[in-house]
Amino acid sequence: MSWAGKILRVNLNAGTVTPEPLNMEWAMQYLGQRGLATKYLVEETDPKVDPLSPDNKLIMATGPLTGTMASTGGRYSVITKGPLTGAIACSNSGGFFGAELKHAGWDMIIFEGRSPKPVYLYVEDDHAELIPADEIWGKSVWETDQILHEKHADPLIRIAAVGRAAEKGCLYAAIVNDLHRAAGRSGVGTVMASKQVKAVVVRGTKGISNIRDPEAFEEVTEAAKKVLAENAVTGEGLPKYGTQVLMNVINEIGAMPTRNMRDVQFEGASKISGEAMYEPRESDGKPNLVTNGACFGCTIACGRISTIDPTHFTIKDKPQYRHASGGLEYEAAWALGSDEGIDDLDALTYANFLCNEDGLDPISFGATVAAAMELYEMGVITREDTGGIELKFGNAEALARCAELTARGEGFGQVLGLGSKRLCEKYGHPDLSMTVKGQEFPAYDPRGIQGMGLAYATSNRGACHLRGYSVASEVLGIPYKTDPLVTEGKAELVKAFQDATGAVDSSGLCVFTTFAWTLEDIAPQIDAACEGNWTPEKLQEVGERVWNLERKYNIEAGITGKYDTLPKRLLKEAAKTGPAKGMANRLDEMLPEYYSLRGWTPDGVPTPETLQRLGV
Amino acid sequence: MKLRLKLYATLGDYLPSGVRGHETTLDIGPETTVQQVIDRLGIPEEQAHLVLVDGVYVEPQARSSRVLREGEVLAIWPPVAGG
Repeated sequence: MSWAGKILRVNLNAGTVTPEPLNMEWAMQYLGQRGLATKYLVEETDPKVDPLSPDNKLIMATGPLTGTMASTGGRYSVITKGPLTGAIACSNSGGFFGAELKHAGWDMIIFEGRSPKPVYLYVEDDHAELIPADEIWGKSVWETDQILHEKHADPLIRIAAVGRAAEKGCLYAAIVNDLHRAAGRSGVGTVMASKQVKAVVVRGTKGISNIRDPEAFEEVTEAAKKVLAENAVTGEGLPKYGTQVLMNVINEIGAMPTRNMRDVQFEGASKISGEAMYEPRESDGKPNLVTNGACFGCTIACGRISTIDPTHFTIKDKPQYRHASGGLEYEAAWALGSDEGIDDLDALTYANFLCNEDGLDPISFGATVAAAMELYEMGVITREDTGGIELKFGNAEALARCAELTARGEGFGQVLGLGSKRLCEKYGHPDLSMTVKGQEFPAYDPRGIQGMGLAYATSNRGACHLRGYSVASEVLGIPYKTDPLVTEGKAELVKAFQDATGAVDSSGLCVFTTFAWTLEDIAPQIDAACEGNWTPEKLQEVGERVWNLERKYNIEAGITGKYDTLPKRLLKEAAKTGPAKGMANRLDEMLPEYYSLRGWTPDGVPTPETLQRLGV
Repeated sequence: MKLRLKLYATLGDYLPSGVRGHETTLDIGPETTVQQVIDRLGIPEEQAHLVLVDGVYVEPQARSSRVLREGEVLAIWPPVAGG
């Protein structure tokens, strides 16, 4: 078994840390990470719980392949009830923290209750303790990381922390590990801060010593790495240009959300693209991009490591930002760029640095600023509201200032920290919030990619591209090309992506492997590592089981089928340009078929037969 | 006849010499097809993965018959992905 077989339960009310055995019966049904932690959350909490109350729990969970030699086997997820959506929250992160936790001998950490005082959790192999966090509470993630590294005098510790945004109640605060990798979405950082937990510090020296069949595992993981290396996307495209290569693609096909999704193409897209990150700048002749980077065990290495032009207005008086750091990835570049009509690559890089420094989800932050910009241009939000910021589309200085304020929870940043839905409601224009279930859209306008409308509407954690990435098929031709402007066949396509992703997210592997791998490549790796006879069919069923368990939790939380919809703008206002010109999203043509394929009622409720078939 | 040509990611190397960035204008004759432009530029078949004319995907089997018209935009990528 490559599960560690052990959970660390942290009772913050009592200040205790207690090991307990992993429930292996559940592991056989839900595999690990996303699926297994969801099972624990469902069994241990009331779905109606206030996400920021002590009764909510927060689970950091690895998968059985986390920390192993499988390529990309460094993932962990954070599962809780999300404060942004009121739905289940599950945010996945790379870097090195997850593997370190596994190497310390733990599958999961379950935080419950609320500490009376700020604390951080220190884990060194079997030893775990809660330590007062007085010297780091009120600090950024980056400051916290530095202070804790110096305090523990160990360069090999790995740290996941929340920043000032989470402490100040920003509803989309992230948990950032290894300085610039993040469990980013749905406000999982906000929940962690509400429990007065500032950071988790981990050092693991045990490694993985319980692979079921080590020889077979070495053989199948090597073969799978060869598949990644020889695939044009994972072997060449992603390492060279990262996710940012999509900026021009998505703009060209007319699905680039622009100016709070008023438009579907951005005239400045090429200036903030993956290609632009290679262009030498005038001031020092260096490009924005320094190098690519990889998470633990990853042989793809899609990450971007960049610098800001030292003469740029954002940092010319701030030498502390003149170092290389993570980003821009496509999602951040879109949310901070085209959605605000801003084509200043350095301003975007700066805003992204701040999102990492203080733990903001750049998608939700950017989309909320975009909504505020539209309201400002309508005269609904005034200069008085913003504290003097000229919050117009295209204003890079306004973006930089908003990032500074939101990161620290100051001034107008407190309003921006509410997220787009609450901000638009506050100012009397709820229809201008580009959200599903309260969570902001990622970088694909569903008027130009019809299947993504269904993927967003039915996503269990609110608008999200990583729950069912039909873009792969509709735009990129992976595993086969479908027409992005038609709705036929999309219900089946979205369901297949959702189920497969549910399995991958439960394994410890990165979903980006699926640009080259199918479950046929993944199943042998899990099977060689773990008991349980893991086949592609079994994994597909695990994914479907996870999806239905999340759905059941949401319905019990009050997030029913009536929330499976899109903003009016995307259903009623046609795209103005591009191939989708004249077209809105036709969700109504896909949703009934999707419910039927899922074995749900016409209202979107899993039938007893479906739940019984899946053992939910 | 003028064609706007955009070659992205690693295909930038196939742009005519002297072109900066990823975009240029090509003079093409009447009845020129998508495949003829790809061949003229020397782009290997497996590298012409995502081929769009005015943002609309042209399937591999249609590239030899799809005639380009004045003012259209031809954009080509190698296999790419993101998220």
